[in-house]
Amino acid sequence: MENAIKKYWPIFVLPTLAAFCVGFVYPFVQGVYLSFCKFTTIKKAHFIGLKNYAYALTDSSFWQSFEFTTLFMIISTVLINVLAFAIALALTSKIKGSNAFRTVFFMPNLIGGIVLGYIWQILLNCVLSLLEQPLLALDAKYGFIGLVILMCWQQIGYMMIIYIAGLQSIPEDYLEAAKIDGATDRQILFKIKIPNVMPSITICSFLTITNGFKLFDQNLALTGGEPAHASEMMALNIYNTFYSRSGAQWKGYGQAKAVVFCIMVILISLVQLKFTKSREVQQ
Amino acid sequence: MKKRILAMILASTMVLGLTACGGAASTDTAAAPAATEEAADEAEVADEAEEVEAPAASGEGQVYYLNFKPEADEAWQAIAKSYTDQTGVPVTVVTAASGTYEETLSAEIVKDEAPTLFQVNGPVGLANWADYCYDLNGSSLYNELTSDSFALKDGDAVAGIAYVIESYGLITNTKLLGEAGYTTDDIKSFEDLKKVAEDITARSAELGFSAFTSAGMDGSSDWRFKTHLANLPLYFEYKADGVDSKTEITGSYLDNYKNIWDLYINNATCSPKDLASKTGDDAENEFAEGKSVFFQNGSWEYANLINKGMTDDELAMIPIYVGAGDEANQGLCTGTENYWCVNSEASEEDIQATIDFLTWMVTSAEGTQMLSDTIGVIPFKNAADTTNLFVLNDRAYTAAGKTPVSWNFTTMPSEEWKNGVGSALTAYAAGTGEWDAVVSAFVDEWAAEYALK
Repeated sequence: MENAIKKYWPIFVLPTLAAFCVGFVYPFVQGVYLSFCKFTTIKKAHFIGLKNYAYALTDSSFWQSFEFTTLFMIISTVLINVLAFAIALALTSKIKGSNAFRTVFFMPNLIGGIVLGYIWQILLNCVLSLLEQPLLALDAKYGFIGLVILMCWQQIGYMMIIYIAGLQSIPEDYLEAAKIDGATDRQILFKIKIPNVMPSITICSFLTITNGFKLFDQNLALTGGEPAHASEMMALNIYNTFYSRSGAQWKGYGQAKAVVFCIMVILISLVQLKFTKSREVQQ
Repeated sequence: MKKRILAMILASTMVLGLTACGGAASTDTAAAPAATEEAADEAEVADEAEEVEAPAASGEGQVYYLNFKPEADEAWQAIAKSYTDQTGVPVTVVTAASGTYEETLSAEIVKDEAPTLFQVNGPVGLANWADYCYDLNGSSLYNELTSDSFALKDGDAVAGIAYVIESYGLITNTKLLGEAGYTTDDIKSFEDLKKVAEDITARSAELGFSAFTSAGMDGSSDWRFKTHLANLPLYFEYKADGVDSKTEITGSYLDNYKNIWDLYINNATCSPKDLASKTGDDAENEFAEGKSVFFQNGSWEYANLINKGMTDDELAMIPIYVGAGDEANQGLCTGTENYWCVNSEASEEDIQATIDFLTWMVTSAEGTQMLSDTIGVIPFKNAADTTNLFVLNDRAYTAAGKTPVSWNFTTMPSEEWKNGVGSALTAYAAGTGEWDAVVSAFVDEWAAEYALK
């Protein structure tokens, strides 16, 4: 059996590898190439060197969206993980109907971002209108808060499932031994549970950071970047550069921004992975 | 221990699989072209099958139309089939999902089986696609146009052919206007309009309706103001200077723009603060349900209003008066932003097949009937007549010697510019921004956007 696997592994790897090359490697390489070109369609691209990057890196709207995105990423990552972990703790203690709760909390994840964005836009605008406050599209502050609420609502359930799996994999004997030694609930949480769910924390914080950074649908549907680009995140900024301007040069600018954006996402998630991995413990 | 880790990995992959379903919306934009791709592939299969049956047709090229108007998709599919049955020339019609035309076209045009026929929305749209536009000068299609002004020129070349002429203005509920004690004859200028609107507002509790529908600034409705209404100050400025486009504007008629905008937002069915979230459907429903007298929209809205139970005898379209120019002789805003372009990269046979197909569309009884019924007035010599009341209104104004306001918004520099004006208008209406911001978005950004070209 093992020999067969050793012998035939290329056949098993091939479909995925082919799909990966066609669906990821090729478009990625071409995308990087296009960021050095002026083009309308990918067939008519003229190499123009670094001009696109010169524009992308000096575009103030791009850096404004970077600030907005970073702030959003930090706040949403912290909130989502803390809340998801708290709920996971609650639902792993033996309370009645915890399975039903898990299902309910997880459900928002099954709805697509665009739909959620529009539903929350209606909800939040109704609330703001009752409070006699400017609506979402008029005030970037409310747009930001709205996005955070929306993302928390959508993602907490998902992260909660991962934390629950992590918490359930902590050996009962650790907890029992701690209790016998007279550890308080607080000590058990910080000295035993959290160090033991570090792998889950690594996964969850990776997912929330990248999701927060790459957020597009919810941003498009909830605020559309209004007012005047003030609530525009990086992905939407790139999209707008690409499609809402006229003239051939904009596609190249958008492409250059996208490459810069991609590098940022990779760097940030690498740093985060290194940081949380170093805190994982061996069971 | 290993088992536990495995369980955890399993659990998280399961969850991942689930969210992959939930995350489907994020791939929506990509899915649209993919779907059309499938449709195109299917059609190709069909084409090949036909070619086998009718080998004569294969030498005559084929037509692939990337349609812009989703509402006309069914009619296009039917007419394409009918044309294929009659001539044996395969015609594929694929419709881009609403609001994704530019994206779909970018993806489709680089394929081996690229669209032979697509559309642009005027000179600004043409800037992106000029490389792909076949020169239609002297073609049988071009010769069918009733006027040269319906051709979109790129230098001397005819890059696009306008295929529908539309009008917009203030759609008026004449029954309600009568209840308020006025007729459309009482409104001949901005002063009249203001007087009537403010009188209706003053008595709205007693009358039970408002003057204007909500001027919604949601994405489904904001084009009525940031594009169509903004055309009026632009038109008067161009007219005063005797030009038809400018790279820098002075905004000399922006006070008029402010006046009409103030009138809209202060005499509407809702508070100006709520406009940011009001949609196009909201306005349409308010109007169809008799909650307001005036509704700024165009001839394309006729079918929707009739479907909602309104009748010809309670509808009329009147010009949007802004207190500029010769108001006594002002007509509706009439023009086009839909131009057919033939893909210059397609093979000789396909280009010829496409031109033949379009010529048939605008000359045959079947083709012109379909265009007139589902699209509107077409600027071709053999056009079938229309039953669209607003188009008839436009014709009556022109016959009475009024000058239609031309569509100059096709020269607006970019979507970005329109969005900026829209944001500023919304903020001004809600009181979170000043009118100066609108002026700056209009005038300064115009020059800035043109400077970037």
